[in-house]
Amino acid sequence: MSSTVAGNVEVRIPTILRPYTNNEKVVSAAGTDLQSVISSLDLNYPGLAERLLENGQLRRFINVYINDEDVRFMGALTAPIKDGDSVTILPAVAGGSM
Amino acid sequence: MVLKISRFMADAILEQSRQEYPDECCGVILGPLGSDDAARHKPMVNSAHSPTFYEFDSKDLLALYREADDNDEEIVVVYHSHTETEAYPSRTDISYASEPNAHYVLVSTRKEIAPATEFRSYRIIDGVVTEEEVAFI
Repeated sequence: MSSTVAGNVEVRIPTILRPYTNNEKVVSAAGTDLQSVISSLDLNYPGLAERLLENGQLRRFINVYINDEDVRFMGALTAPIKDGDSVTILPAVAGGSM
Repeated sequence: MVLKISRFMADAILEQSRQEYPDECCGVILGPLGSDDAARHKPMVNSAHSPTFYEFDSKDLLALYREADDNDEEIVVVYHSHTETEAYPSRTDISYASEPNAHYVLVSTRKEIAPATEFRSYRIIDGVVTEEEVAFI
């Protein structure tokens, strides 16, 4: 079975991106991997994908976790998503004098 | 806007900057949701271990937000040190700043001004930096 039901995962949205989600902190999305979850998010909340992706890759300063794992260690956009998974988006806390 | 912070916490941050020299140090101060009260100091590891860059480790970052959520807290202050330059947000600091509600504190413990130090606070929203007063309480 390759089809997914609408809203099979919950996605936690950081403060800075909540203007895209009518200030919702947790929204639902559907997909079998991170790429399809982001596409489904963007359908409901247009503009969100643009804030997460650059040239088809996750932006350097955006961290995405599936449950407790950073997706960079799980294949990034190809990281598989199972029903009931929790996706958390957090902007990196970073900077420096450089 | 004004950042109110205890002298004790400010001194702890300056001390952390000296300890981690020449690398930049970093951390947060948490407070009850919506309170703007800099209540709980939490030093973080600079996973970049660099004198010109800091970044919270990605696992630590997730743990920090989970912990804040569980405690009904939010990040009131995000701080880091500049060890050789002025305590003013760099272009990098501005491009990464992503907590519109946080006070961004920069400290400088650079040699030229020793034993004096700098402890300054800013709002960084949509790329615009506004310095604010710091009240030590």
